[in-house]
Amino acid sequence: MAATAARDLSTGSSVIQLKSVNKWFGQFHVLTDINLDVKEGEKIVICGPSGSGKSTLIRCINRLEEHQQGDIVVHGVTLSNDVKNIEAIRREVGMVFQSFNLFPHLTILDNLTLAPIWVKKMPKKDAEEIAMGLLKRVRIPEQALKYPGQLSGGQQQRVAIARALCMRPKIMLFDEPTSALDPEMVKEVLDVMIELAREGMTMLCVTHEMGFARAVADRVIFMDRGEIVEQNEPEEFFANPRNERTKLFLGQILHR
Amino acid sequence: MTDMPVGERQPIAPPSDDTGILGWARKNLFSSWGNGLTTIVLIVAMVWILSGFLEWALFTANFTASTGSECRGGGACWALIREKFRYIFFGSFPYEQHWRPLFAVIAMLAMLVLSADRRMWNWRLLVIWGVGSFITFLLMFGQLHIPLSLMLFVALAGGTIGLMMRSAVADPTERSAYYALIVIGLVGLVLRIFGVLPSWSLAIAPLSYVETSLWGGLPVTLILATYGLLFAFPYGILLALGRRSNLPLVKGLCVGFIELIRGVPLISLLIMASVMLPLFLPSGTTIDKFLRAQVAVILFAGAYIAEVIRGGLQSLPKGQFEAADAMGLNYPQKTLLIILPQALRVVIPPLINTFIGFFKDTSLVLIIGIFDFLNTANQALVDPNWAGFPGEVYLFAAFVYFIFCYSMSRYSKYLEVELNKGTRR
Repeated sequence: MAATAARDLSTGSSVIQLKSVNKWFGQFHVLTDINLDVKEGEKIVICGPSGSGKSTLIRCINRLEEHQQGDIVVHGVTLSNDVKNIEAIRREVGMVFQSFNLFPHLTILDNLTLAPIWVKKMPKKDAEEIAMGLLKRVRIPEQALKYPGQLSGGQQQRVAIARALCMRPKIMLFDEPTSALDPEMVKEVLDVMIELAREGMTMLCVTHEMGFARAVADRVIFMDRGEIVEQNEPEEFFANPRNERTKLFLGQILHR
Repeated sequence: MTDMPVGERQPIAPPSDDTGILGWARKNLFSSWGNGLTTIVLIVAMVWILSGFLEWALFTANFTASTGSECRGGGACWALIREKFRYIFFGSFPYEQHWRPLFAVIAMLAMLVLSADRRMWNWRLLVIWGVGSFITFLLMFGQLHIPLSLMLFVALAGGTIGLMMRSAVADPTERSAYYALIVIGLVGLVLRIFGVLPSWSLAIAPLSYVETSLWGGLPVTLILATYGLLFAFPYGILLALGRRSNLPLVKGLCVGFIELIRGVPLISLLIMASVMLPLFLPSGTTIDKFLRAQVAVILFAGAYIAEVIRGGLQSLPKGQFEAADAMGLNYPQKTLLIILPQALRVVIPPLINTFIGFFKDTSLVLIIGIFDFLNTANQALVDPNWAGFPGEVYLFAAFVYFIFCYSMSRYSKYLEVELNKGTRR
């Protein structure tokens, strides 16, 4: 994939724009004046200490959390309370959770085909074909008829990625996808994510996997106390962090 | 041993600690002096009580007496049950017509047993309940008059539900059938309301008409409990969902209803339905007393079922709701496909517990003069010829109730295992 290396992101069109977004949980100011512009095909890694608002930030993009001030524009649609708007955006944005959140009462295949069938009104056969294709891509087609509880954590998270991809999203959000995994399973999930990144998917990823950030990120964003403190290309970000808080954070996670 | 590769180790069987029945008994019943003594005392007590009971219920019992006075002095008077069992089972239903409630009971039992099988949980369920209910009520009433507006309403509801539930998987022919049903139902109802269509009803009258005030016994208990719970269940689900709604008005109404109904005894609700409701209705309109009792049972059971189901809804992790939201499922899809299937599974034991409770609580309809199984049994004692044997009658009634309740309990167990197949971690 030569395209990734030489791609010039400055001329790409914006797919996500956040303009002065503010959010409070009660009195707690969780997001402070966030401005962010994501280009098509861009891969962004968001890191920061726990409680810094990074999960909340990406959860605002598909309206799992509601922001109180500012504008969020996804694919030209401005998020509002209009349910049709929210559903339109959710069709375009896939999400992978820390705790997988597969549906335990459905088989793996049914987990994957559910949204295409019910949201996109796709015929069942076509949906199953796409689902099997994606299960092959995440390398577990043989598990299709099992239930989530019978799979390992790494396998479950790969299923969750395939489930999100089944809707053919234009953007993928990852909320700490490897944090709940046993160490030996982190790589199998990251490999799938790296492959996805190489294929040109627009990705926003909250993670502490700095190896992943170095490998695929176009931009690393550091958040602390609800603010975007610093953002840069990965080499520059890791080599020459400018802000004191960034230095402190990197010092803590890189010298474990 | 330690440097032997794992794969080459001989598997070792776990130590066996029970050697047959004797070993089991020694371990569990006679492991110490105290334990052994307790076992012996309990066995002696059980034998003593059981022998006394058997002496009364079997060895000295009278099965053949033709009057109550012949029965006196000995053991249990089962002759009373023999004499009265048709009244106990079918109440005041015309005697020579007793085959009708008998077959109605059989139809209902068949309906319940068939729908217990998980393989029937699809369109077949609708057919089973449609046909079963039709047979039951045709036998009980003898004549059914189905008004045109009801048929139109069923067409409209059937088409709408079919379209909603099967929109994703239906082929064009099936879909147009639903549209046709909706159009027929809607147009027909509008025409009916404006008086273009006459108030016609389809009369099916193969038997003599028996009004509900003559119904009694087991069919009454079964109808009140089955249809009470059948309607209370979806109603309870709606109440539970409403109680968790973000809309303040919906939430307030649901909370208010649940708390109001739970706060009053069923008896007072039945009396209100029977005595007070007719006062509010315009004069001339009457609603069948049996139907009023049925509605009261539905309202009452719905409030309790709602609280049980709410427990299940609360037990689901937030991530399940979020995952469904993130996929773009709308509220009905999320609720029907993701939330309810999981929530209901969790609450099977308390739900069946509620069902069993209500099956027995239907006896309270006695208060408004409806004779269900327990009340016909009670009524059988009134006969002066057979006075003085309440034990036998209540034991018999208890036995019949036990068969139904224990079946429900076993079914609950089966459902739990069946629905959790494969999903157990």
